[in-house]
Amino acid sequence: MQTPLHPLHAVILAGTVPLFLGVLLSDIAYFQTYEVQWKNFASWLIVGGLSFGGFALLWALIGFFRGSVREARKAIHVFLLLAIFVLGFINALVHAGDAWASMPSGLVLSAIVAVLAMIVTGSGFSGTQPGAMR
Amino acid sequence: MKHIRLPALAAFSLLLSACGGDTEPPQFGPAPQLPEPQRELLPTMKIAKPVEWGDRKPVAPQGYTVAAIATDLKIPRQALVLPNGDILVAEGRGGGAPKLTPKDVIAARIKAKGTTSVAGGNRLTLLRDGDGDGSYETQRVFAENLNAPYGLALIDGKLYVANQDQLVRFDYQEGQLQASGSPVTVTDLPSELNHHWTKALAASADGRFLYVGIGSNSNITERGMTAEAERAMVWQVDAQTGAHRRYATGLRNPTALAIQPGTDQLWAVVNERDEIGPNLAPDYLTSVREGGFYGWPYSYWGSNVDTRVRPGNPQKVASTIRPDYSLGSHVAALGLAFSLPAMGAQFADGVFVGEHGSWNRGVPVGYKVVFVPFRDGRPAGDPIDFVTGFQADGNTFGRPVGVTVDPRGALIVADDLSNTVWRVTPVSRPEASSSSASAVPEG
Repeated sequence: MQTPLHPLHAVILAGTVPLFLGVLLSDIAYFQTYEVQWKNFASWLIVGGLSFGGFALLWALIGFFRGSVREARKAIHVFLLLAIFVLGFINALVHAGDAWASMPSGLVLSAIVAVLAMIVTGSGFSGTQPGAMR
Repeated sequence: MKHIRLPALAAFSLLLSACGGDTEPPQFGPAPQLPEPQRELLPTMKIAKPVEWGDRKPVAPQGYTVAAIATDLKIPRQALVLPNGDILVAEGRGGGAPKLTPKDVIAARIKAKGTTSVAGGNRLTLLRDGDGDGSYETQRVFAENLNAPYGLALIDGKLYVANQDQLVRFDYQEGQLQASGSPVTVTDLPSELNHHWTKALAASADGRFLYVGIGSNSNITERGMTAEAERAMVWQVDAQTGAHRRYATGLRNPTALAIQPGTDQLWAVVNERDEIGPNLAPDYLTSVREGGFYGWPYSYWGSNVDTRVRPGNPQKVASTIRPDYSLGSHVAALGLAFSLPAMGAQFADGVFVGEHGSWNRGVPVGYKVVFVPFRDGRPAGDPIDFVTGFQADGNTFGRPVGVTVDPRGALIVADDLSNTVWRVTPVSRPEASSSSASAVPEG
């Protein structure tokens, strides 16, 4: 049986979804309009996503190594969060390129990271029942 | 000692270049070899490490001496030699555009390490050598409460100062030690954001017009095109009325302007874009054609398209004028002055260029004053080092900005890192010509 998420862990993990989704939507807007303000939004949203994702990764890592049973499911969870953090960080550097220098690689990375954030959050919450938390 | 160190340094930089691939055949002159643009995940940054001069001094060629004629200034940028030999120095620091991205926040902190920690003076300092012995014993504030003054010009008893936001005018009488009052505004200058804040200034030969160099508001449009209204261009301002028009455009950051003696031809040094590799894009020296377009932001060095700019503009790219003379990428030319015979036979015909030095390059370039020889009114030949020694063993002692030729035979160099004004003079006495330029430290 899966361990339910701690409420704070749940908030941090779930926070990655709107942030990285916001990155993707901002990048799509920049791609379509060349309006550089969208890229500024994306750059800060990446910082937000990395902050939440970083704490979620830390929490998951601690949980993974402290847990008595090291489930494969937990390992995948940790790996996905690590992938989000690494790809998200690379995406931050790509977005630091001036103007269109971030395109199209930034948009591709943003899409991958947004999808990964949704998967890891969805899987993290699956099995959690209201009222079943520790 | 100097003679031992220099070859060692050369060997070291050769070694570095073999490893880093930073240096390629030098990109000087009218037809530089341009590599393909490079995208790096992290821009290469090599920030100057400021160190006090101590007993050192800048190094001039054999037969020239270097002296510090003013120290403890508040960020000297450009100088003007007045008819009586007095020197005015503009001091200040401008800019301060809001930081819009995480990159702005981080890069600003890193780059600040390579500049002085002194607060800008927002003033003009007057230096006077009353007895003509080469020592400027009088140093006093000529005018204060200016706003990051940079370009200076004198026309018929009127002193023009290009603040970062306004062109202003003082009445000036020969021998004056202090401005007689507050300046009069000639015209407002573009000052929104002021990413590139310096406003270069030159007066036309007949004194009717002033040319003002206005830098772009970004490296390469990352603040959006609306921020670039009236930027990256040279204005021609009517000295009487203050009315202006665009004289030439597409000049990313025209940091120094000068009129070629005996003509009415405007010349400029221009700083080009960063972050497309160590050998792109060349900073340049060029004659400025009226109505000409020089590429920024759409292309560099003629019609080499910069793909970071969207939407592009093929028509503008096609109309781009190729500059006259490449000074090399990232050297950061900030000073320009035409020479004259009083500077000595080898340096009589040409221009001096002050190079502030690179940040976006593994092997630093610039950090010196070069001389570009002219023949028949055009650049001819590779640049010759004129003042060096600003950087050694990984330490940076000074960074040249404005260069000014004193008609009596001296080059005035403003150094905005050590807050010093240097004066380089030919040693005319034959017995002195054998002594090394830096033999005697300045007292």
